[in-house]
Amino acid sequence: MQAKLSVVALSVAAAFALSACGQKDAPAPVAAPAAPEAKPEIVVKLGHVAPMTGPQAHLGKDNESGALLAVEELNAQGLEIGGAKVKFQLVSEDDQADPKQGTIVAQKLIDAKVNGVVGHLNSGTTIPASKLYFDAGLPQVSPSATNPKYTQQGFKTAFRVMANDIQQGKVLGEFAAKQGVKTVAIIDDRTAYGQGLADEFRKAAEAAGLKVVANEYTNDKATDFKAILTKIKSTKAELVFYGGMDAQGGPLVKQMKDLGIKAKFLGGDGVCTPEFMKLGGPAADGEYCSLPGVPLEQLAKGPEFKSKFEAKFGYQIQLYAPNAYDAVMVIADSMKRAGSVEPAAYLPEIAKTKMEGVSGNIEFDQFGDLTSGAITLYQYQGGALNYVETLGGAPVAPAAEAPAAPTAPAAPVEEKK
Amino acid sequence: MDIFLQQIINGLVQGSIYALVALGYTMVYGIMGLINFAHGEVVMIGALISITVTSTLAAAGMPLGLAGLFGLVAAMLTCMALGWSLERIAYRPLRGSPRLTPLITAIGMSIVLQNLAMIFWGRNYMTFPPLLPKVNFEFAGTHFTLVQVVIVLLSAALMAGLVFLVYRTKLGMAMRATAQNPAVASLMGVNINRVIASAFVIGSALAAVAGVMVGSYYEIAHYQMGFMLGLKAFTAAVLGGIGNLAGAMAGGILLGIIEALGAGYIGDFTGGFLGSHYQDIFAFVVLIVVLMFKPSGLFGEKTGDRA
Repeated sequence: MQAKLSVVALSVAAAFALSACGQKDAPAPVAAPAAPEAKPEIVVKLGHVAPMTGPQAHLGKDNESGALLAVEELNAQGLEIGGAKVKFQLVSEDDQADPKQGTIVAQKLIDAKVNGVVGHLNSGTTIPASKLYFDAGLPQVSPSATNPKYTQQGFKTAFRVMANDIQQGKVLGEFAAKQGVKTVAIIDDRTAYGQGLADEFRKAAEAAGLKVVANEYTNDKATDFKAILTKIKSTKAELVFYGGMDAQGGPLVKQMKDLGIKAKFLGGDGVCTPEFMKLGGPAADGEYCSLPGVPLEQLAKGPEFKSKFEAKFGYQIQLYAPNAYDAVMVIADSMKRAGSVEPAAYLPEIAKTKMEGVSGNIEFDQFGDLTSGAITLYQYQGGALNYVETLGGAPVAPAAEAPAAPTAPAAPVEEKK
Repeated sequence: MDIFLQQIINGLVQGSIYALVALGYTMVYGIMGLINFAHGEVVMIGALISITVTSTLAAAGMPLGLAGLFGLVAAMLTCMALGWSLERIAYRPLRGSPRLTPLITAIGMSIVLQNLAMIFWGRNYMTFPPLLPKVNFEFAGTHFTLVQVVIVLLSAALMAGLVFLVYRTKLGMAMRATAQNPAVASLMGVNINRVIASAFVIGSALAAVAGVMVGSYYEIAHYQMGFMLGLKAFTAAVLGGIGNLAGAMAGGILLGIIEALGAGYIGDFTGGFLGSHYQDIFAFVVLIVVLMFKPSGLFGEKTGDRA
């Protein structure tokens, strides 16, 4: 759910370069007109919401392209649902990564009577919109919102095809235990993201037999961590976990070395960015961090999807296109099993989904989260993120234990997820 | 024990920076009774200017140390010009108006400067080139770096220089005279406008140095970095007795040490009930307590002899 400025920055450049060389502006309802059929045809409208303008536009476009690829493949298959031929149509909306705009376009999609929604991209827009979709009984599958709250509001219409921050905290805790350390210190920045991730990490670390010797806190604007780090030093913790963003994590890891702390450093997706490495400098080298998801090359259907995607659009996958593709496929698959395209009829089938998507295995728990959300660990090395390993998440913790606070967007435009 | 010592060192470094910034608040307040809330932003501008100049020169092939020196000088000159313009444009026309008016203007200038910096340097964090070689010292179980040593020594030298200026030079005498009674001072032939402008210029030069210090200490700079720092330094000035030079220095260092010890030990003292996220609150709790029992601050005098 939190910022990934660096990824954004990198891909902005790419997206700009690509969009410059002749894109015809994907029209909102996208679907090639099929040849006239003898049988009556049902048109199934799927809403897609992501930021299509603003600093995250390239990520929104990426999601839309993934979803579009899925829709075109489904139409080419000549799918029949309940005896009638169906034609899928993608209705693309722009929420500008803004929670207010997110609810406006959600209402627009509900009024347009779409059959299902793929989106939104950001947690900050997904969570408020999910209430509207729930009230309208409209199934929603988000490709990339990771804040646990999204699926824990008791909305039976909310699903996501990406690991949440609870799953990430668990993987990080288990990874810490495997590092051969016995004691850990935990610092978080008291934001919904940082605190949530740190809490989940704490549970997992303790379950794995690690001793949490210090719980320290900072805030998302701090630059000086020496006082809390000195205290951590006195506890002789062997690993320092940070739940927070790269702008604080970078100086923090640097100050650790200045104080002569020999402990390892570990962090989540908020610090798994080139920005972190820029600010942390050589102090970050050799330390680890994690991102939800699996590198595409590691997946059975990944490389095939990658080549199909690049052949069709002529540009590279940015981030979540495979998840957006899977989100469409989950909806289509559920409709097929239900034999109906009506939201009320196929919604129960989504919960029973069992499919191998391009982003990994998709099966939902009772909340609508992936039962095996995969998390990938990376190591910082000489200013680059090197792949280490991918770990499947375990079942999510019960809702009661989860952090309930919504993501507070720090910036006017919330970054990624 | 070594941990306690380490926290004192952490606090001393942080406190030296607070003290240097606090001097700017206290000088202006001492002379004209104005709290210049834009002072923290002058620190920020100093840091960003020095980054821009240093990295431009370093990219052009100049050795980093020399480029850093140019960066520092450029930051000081820019901030001196900025301090002078602030006084000339924003505060001088309001002299003689009710005290609240210039105060609100100062807050407004702070917002203006922040936004200008955001437009000019962008929203992203900037990395500060390492001006000094990374040397780590180890002493009695404590660790500190060359940058920290330089910060403490340089702050002490600058403060000593300022005290000399105020108490041993003609300009200093004029400043003290203006602080005591501007009307009488001007009758005695003191050019009030020049004295006030020079207080702003000197304070801003110190702020620029503080900006470069903060930047090279944390190796990071951002358009919002001045706000909290300014608030803390203001607290330090009030703690020591605003308007009093020695008070600002003592207040700054005291505040830095209180914060470090507070963040380090509150969890132990309260059995985990209060955690280290209350670090920032210490500054303000201390301020409230001091104002309750000694409203004029630790070193403050009830009347006269400000600056």
